[in-house]
Amino acid sequence: MAAAGARWNHVWVGTETGILKGVNLQRKQATNFTAAGQPRREEAVSALCWGAGGETQILVGCADRTVRYFSTEAGRFQGQQHCPGGEGMFRGLAQVDGTLITCVESGIVQVWNDNDKEASSDPLLELSVGPGVCRMRQDPAHPHMVATGGKENALKVWDLQGSKEPVFRAKNVRNDWLDLRVPIWDQDIQFLPESQKLVTCTGYHQVRVYDPASPQRRPVLEAAYGEYPLTAMTLTPGANSVIVGNTHGQLAEIDLRQGRLLGCLKGLAGSVRGLQCHPSKPLLASCGLDRVLRVHRIRNPRGLEHKDEPQGPQEPKKAPPEDTETDELWASLEAAAKRKLPDLEQTQGALQTRRRKKQRPGSTSS
Amino acid sequence: MAKAGDKSGGRVKKGLKRKATAEEPQETAVAEDGATESGVQPPKAAAFPPGFSISEIKNKQRRHLMFTRWKQQQRKEKLAIKKKLKKEREALGDKAPPKPIPKTIDNQRVYDETVVDPNDEEVAYDEATDEFASYFNRQTSPKILITTSDRPHGRTVRLCEQLSTVIPNSHVYYRRGLALKKIIPQCTSRDFTDLIVINEDRKTPNGLILSHLPNGPTAHFKMSSVRLRKEIKRRGKDPTEHIPEIILNNFTTRLGHSVGRMFASLFPHNPQFIGRQVATFHNQRDYIFFRFHRYIFRSEKKVGIQELGPRFTLKLRSLQKGTFDSKYGEYEWVHKPREMDTSRRKFHL
Repeated sequence: MAAAGARWNHVWVGTETGILKGVNLQRKQATNFTAAGQPRREEAVSALCWGAGGETQILVGCADRTVRYFSTEAGRFQGQQHCPGGEGMFRGLAQVDGTLITCVESGIVQVWNDNDKEASSDPLLELSVGPGVCRMRQDPAHPHMVATGGKENALKVWDLQGSKEPVFRAKNVRNDWLDLRVPIWDQDIQFLPESQKLVTCTGYHQVRVYDPASPQRRPVLEAAYGEYPLTAMTLTPGANSVIVGNTHGQLAEIDLRQGRLLGCLKGLAGSVRGLQCHPSKPLLASCGLDRVLRVHRIRNPRGLEHKDEPQGPQEPKKAPPEDTETDELWASLEAAAKRKLPDLEQTQGALQTRRRKKQRPGSTSS
Repeated sequence: MAKAGDKSGGRVKKGLKRKATAEEPQETAVAEDGATESGVQPPKAAAFPPGFSISEIKNKQRRHLMFTRWKQQQRKEKLAIKKKLKKEREALGDKAPPKPIPKTIDNQRVYDETVVDPNDEEVAYDEATDEFASYFNRQTSPKILITTSDRPHGRTVRLCEQLSTVIPNSHVYYRRGLALKKIIPQCTSRDFTDLIVINEDRKTPNGLILSHLPNGPTAHFKMSSVRLRKEIKRRGKDPTEHIPEIILNNFTTRLGHSVGRMFASLFPHNPQFIGRQVATFHNQRDYIFFRFHRYIFRSEKKVGIQELGPRFTLKLRSLQKGTFDSKYGEYEWVHKPREMDTSRRKFHL
């Protein structure tokens, strides 16, 4: 009934109108989920992340400073937690060991007890990271480590169990050829697996790799792409390259071993707000301000796999689930890549009372 | 003998024209034959090798003649087919099949998934709460600032003046080399709701930046075919102070909706029309045509219109979220010619 319906969504997208959309690429349908049944601007999604413990729960950070828990099994929102303190929207969410980590734009990182039965609880831990934070990311290998960065806020890696000082604080690059200070604007951070390195993309169209294990606090590698601020970044499977997107909708794959541009992906017309690669398959989901979710094939050959128009300004989205059954679905998607994908059949799947099922015509791959 | 030569030359030409089907290469022998015989043309059936085309004839005159002959024949055949069809239609009378609609680029338009369904609740909610909601809820009334790029020439200045008569509650200011990013906070503090900047290149206006002010989207258009009032033929007298009606045609996609709302929010929202003036923004094939008319209803069905006011064509180049910030702003839509203009039947507005 409802469980199967919610589980078969491959990509989850949050929108500025407060709707969480689950997109089923196999059947080319987008399903809307709202906490209150009606879309509301105050619930605009600003951060999304998987909950701890497999991919059954999604944490949705809304503009009204509440974090809502959405269960993919049950297909509805299950609880929420209000997180006051600091100003601005959520810039990062994470969950570890039954606690919730939030970071807001004014630089307050708070760790909350993940107990949504209590009405209001004080944060277990509160850190001030510096104003103007654009992203906080949790290290998937070490869930207690988080990295923060922002506008004029250098990259810092914090250990939430350790001291109040950052474990690693990045240093700005040398002055440029006019002897002027190079401004800092870290827009997105990713941890590279199997090493301590971090990659950031900046609003001044640079991609930088930092290595806390090395003695230098300056970036180990710097590459530039384009002329517009880079807004989103994701690691590719294989982790030798990253894909970045900028405010003009240009997507590029940059090799991290040499700092070279490997290739670009086309299709987006608006600013890229969210990018996510599949953990093992060379597929990339991208969404942006042009209100379209696209799934791209990263290699052999590079191209657009599927396009979906959920009709709401879109925010960062998430990795597709890794179940074996869904792997088969992904496999069938790839097999279908060579021939035209079938048009949407107007199926009436299982319906829940609070869920509105939106069926969109699926467009075929180019 | 010159005379005979002329005659034979003339006869040769007529001979060429008379031979409808068999196109024979004319040789001097035939000319002589034509000169001798009276009316019968000997069918010098020198058949062409297959795969021969008229363009292979090296002699320009002969080639031209062959071509004109072929063209006339084609026209005759086409006329014959048309007549036949017409006769068949008349013969069938009522039972005739409906006339086939000619294909145009507009009706061959590629199906666009972003065309807004009028019953779509998400889009309705989105529009009810976007930056223009306060205008459509009658909470704010528009106040427009019109300016140009630095050091404008005569045409641009006159266009600005004429635009300010078309758009009510608008003020024209000289640019004085100020940066837009500095003008915008000042405008916001003086309660302006929109900013129009007309960009000029080589003494003609060629671009328009329309920025909705509190923190609304900024649209950048290419402007072409600008006609000032004195260049418009058979125009009426100057527009009066009445608030014009607005007509927005053919803004069907989601992007079209946003742009259409931007235009609508320039004019005061008043359904009681006083004064018979109307401003039209007509979108066709991604070009937006602006016209300003005065209309009068002579009877229930008949209207007379007079064109007043300037006339120009716009094409959207980019729509940016937030006020003008071309370098660090986030774009909702950017026109990318190599990706978006590949099909002649795909339009975005």
